[in-house]
Amino acid sequence: MTTAAIPYVGSTMDRIEGPEKVTGRARYAFEHSPQDLAYAVPVPATIARGEVRSIDIDAVVQLPGVIAAIWHGNAPRLSTPENAELAVLQSPRVAYRGQYIAVVVAETLQDAREAARRLRVEYDAEPHDVELRVDHPGMYRPDQVNPFYPTDTEMGDPDSAFAAAPIVVDATYSTPAEHNNPMEPHATVALWDGDGLTLYDSTQGASTIRDTLAPLFGLPPENLRVISPHVGGGFGSKINPMPSVVVAALAAKQVGRPVKLSVTRQQMFAVTGYRTPTIQRVRLGADADGRLTTIVHEAFEQSSRIYEFAEQTTTPTRVMYAAPNRRTSHRLVRLDVPTPTYMRAPGEAPGMFALESAMDELAVAGKIDPVELRIRNEPAADPESGLPFSSRNLVACLREGARRFGWADRDPAPGVRRRGRWLIGTGVASSTYPTYRRPSQASARCDPDGMFTVRIAASDIGTGARTALTQIAADTLRTSPGRVRVEIGDSAMPSAIMAGGSMGTASWGTAVVRACQSLAEELDRRYGEVPAAGLETSADTTEEIDAQQRFSRHAFGAQFAEVAVDSDSGETRVLRLLGGFAAGRIINPKTARSQFIGGMTMGLSMALLEESIMDDEFGDYLNHDFAQYHIAACADVRDIDAFWIEEDDPHLNPMGSKGVGEIGIVGTAAAVANAVYHATGVRIRDLPITLDKLVR
Amino acid sequence: MKSEPNTPGQEVPVSAPVMVDLRLSVNRDSYPITVDTRETLLDTLRERLDLTGAKKGCDHGQCGACTVLVDGRRMKACLALTVTLDDREITTVEGLADGDTPHPLQAAFIENDAFQCGYCTPGQLCSAVGMLAEASAGWPSSVTADVTGEPRLDDEEIRERMSGNLCRCGAYVNIVAAIGQVAR
Ligand code: FES
Ligand code: FES
Repeated sequence: MTTAAIPYVGSTMDRIEGPEKVTGRARYAFEHSPQDLAYAVPVPATIARGEVRSIDIDAVVQLPGVIAAIWHGNAPRLSTPENAELAVLQSPRVAYRGQYIAVVVAETLQDAREAARRLRVEYDAEPHDVELRVDHPGMYRPDQVNPFYPTDTEMGDPDSAFAAAPIVVDATYSTPAEHNNPMEPHATVALWDGDGLTLYDSTQGASTIRDTLAPLFGLPPENLRVISPHVGGGFGSKINPMPSVVVAALAAKQVGRPVKLSVTRQQMFAVTGYRTPTIQRVRLGADADGRLTTIVHEAFEQSSRIYEFAEQTTTPTRVMYAAPNRRTSHRLVRLDVPTPTYMRAPGEAPGMFALESAMDELAVAGKIDPVELRIRNEPAADPESGLPFSSRNLVACLREGARRFGWADRDPAPGVRRRGRWLIGTGVASSTYPTYRRPSQASARCDPDGMFTVRIAASDIGTGARTALTQIAADTLRTSPGRVRVEIGDSAMPSAIMAGGSMGTASWGTAVVRACQSLAEELDRRYGEVPAAGLETSADTTEEIDAQQRFSRHAFGAQFAEVAVDSDSGETRVLRLLGGFAAGRIINPKTARSQFIGGMTMGLSMALLEESIMDDEFGDYLNHDFAQYHIAACADVRDIDAFWIEEDDPHLNPMGSKGVGEIGIVGTAAAVANAVYHATGVRIRDLPITLDKLVR
Repeated sequence: MKSEPNTPGQEVPVSAPVMVDLRLSVNRDSYPITVDTRETLLDTLRERLDLTGAKKGCDHGQCGACTVLVDGRRMKACLALTVTLDDREITTVEGLADGDTPHPLQAAFIENDAFQCGYCTPGQLCSAVGMLAEASAGWPSSVTADVTGEPRLDDEEIRERMSGNLCRCGAYVNIVAAIGQVAR
């Protein structure tokens, strides 16, 4: 074993799977082709509510190449899942338009598609209700919001404080439904072998899929193996198993052959989740110096009839700014709509659009610089829980960001800077994202040739997890990354938390460090002698994480935007985005920067383009493809950069890291909207910022 | 409610699939193959030839993940029927490297971290190869100021010319840097 002079954690390292990804050798789920394969094409419901009365299966199985057509009338039975979305083809009920009601299996993709298209379905349709509105009689208070936060919080007397405040903002903001749209559609290859099921699946968490699906199919968990070496993005939509995985496994069981299934891009707008639309009312009251006396943030959201997904929209408001009087709340209505799910920074992304827009409005109302306003309201401890922050460097991000961006001489007057046809403006917003860590297991092995193998059912959805874990393992084992092979993406490996909540690296890294530490100790005891059979250790971090001290743990950041708005057409272009983040220790500057700017790019897209439009008449998302649901393209993204403030926080995990996958999208849309106000004098409170809202 | 096919539209009578023999030339290898006339080049490559480098992101010509080169020009493989490509020279991401030596764009993508999940990457790379050839042949884009001269591939030109390839991970900044490094 060699002693590494410089730690690899903190140093730049190219992605380990880079060569495979640029040569096309990296295989994603659908690219596994077992022998004797058949193709499954699922069939979506064309009503938003009601029942499937009958499906003419017989006609379709006569068609060329068709092996089977499956619906609730002939599908294998499943145990009742906790999430009714997964009870696929188990009942005639239709809960939303686009829900899978049948699947056709055929010899080729062409045959299966043709047959699925021709399937004749009779429905008993019922009137549907798909419109989210604040005064909907079905609005209710969920028991908690994701993942385990109280629904409502209140301190002091926010209403009286608001009435008494000399400077106030009372505004309602809205964010539309947005769809995750990872570039790789959700796909599964399902393969039964007796009582064993193997799934090549596009997932953010192999262990999660196994643990959820095994009971559904009545299997002991060890009989279900989920393999996902490479995943083409997920952004939250591949955390929970989606109906498509179940359909693939059911179809393979029914036909007794391996089956491949991919959700189409159009179907992804119904069956793979989305960010709930939100309507948010924010009330801020401040004294003449801009010190907040009251903060009220109320959110209204939707979920489907069959599953309660309660997004945590106002939770960031609980940690952002000091104020003695405060209230946050969430209300939910169940509609005949698809089930929402996590989408990059669920809660924080829409919630901070509202809060940070309101802060900008407060700055305007109080004639205070918006950077200074935020600094003035910096709390000494977590404003609601009272817990100390493990570290908090929002102020440093704001100050350093302002310096680099060139904020100092900003004239606050709106609508006065012109460059030809273009009106120019700048804006700022804060970012935050909680720092979680969950129990995981890992193993570490040394072979007589001096090579190390670390195994954990982690998932690399584009975050660079494989690379970060290699760096972490190399440092702990006091060796070089070249001697460490990190194996992930397989539920047969030690069980791990999914890639989500920006907690992957912190959770997996802790398990990897502990497994590698015991291997290193074991090797020291043997004076470095490796037995012929090799040496293996393992770790489980459940106790360590359960015992961690109570702190308020969050990453913070500041986002600065410069925009140009075409004074004739209302077109907005983002000229510059600069994000400064304080996210603990950065494990790999190269991949972390990509995560930050990737999140900011999605934030730009959220600000200007993204909106899933509900068709009230037919009850589905109307613009369900990339021609109509626009995401930022290359030409939309000009100058985006990120920097970070190094934090030395001993209260996090052995790496001292906070997670960088989501914070980049938080606050971006508000920074852009605030810049649009500065450019034009028009305050856009409803995303996205489209031309029609600026041209009046 | 009356029984209706799940996808509305004119009902065409069912007939057996029409199969055609042809010779497909991919990455300088020749494949004699019988294809269904409904089969797209993307499905032929991925499902029949085990060339899974080209990706399916939308199957509707809207994302660019399936971009390949046909006789050196970029083409969306999900929009091309294989039966039309007899005798054409097809290059996929698997064919960009020269043996073990990566194509300069492949090396630049790694160096600049021009991808995250990697799913759009094969399309970005093939598109970039085709785009550089278009530019050096003097083809202007909609942001080219002087359409008579040789276009200079600054960042704005690269962004414009690469906008048919979506990247949801948001790697555009690094993609433009990687291509710029090779182009200039
Ligand atoms: S898969 Fe061909 S353009 Fe999207
Ligand atoms: S790298 Fe993931 S979509 Fe481009």
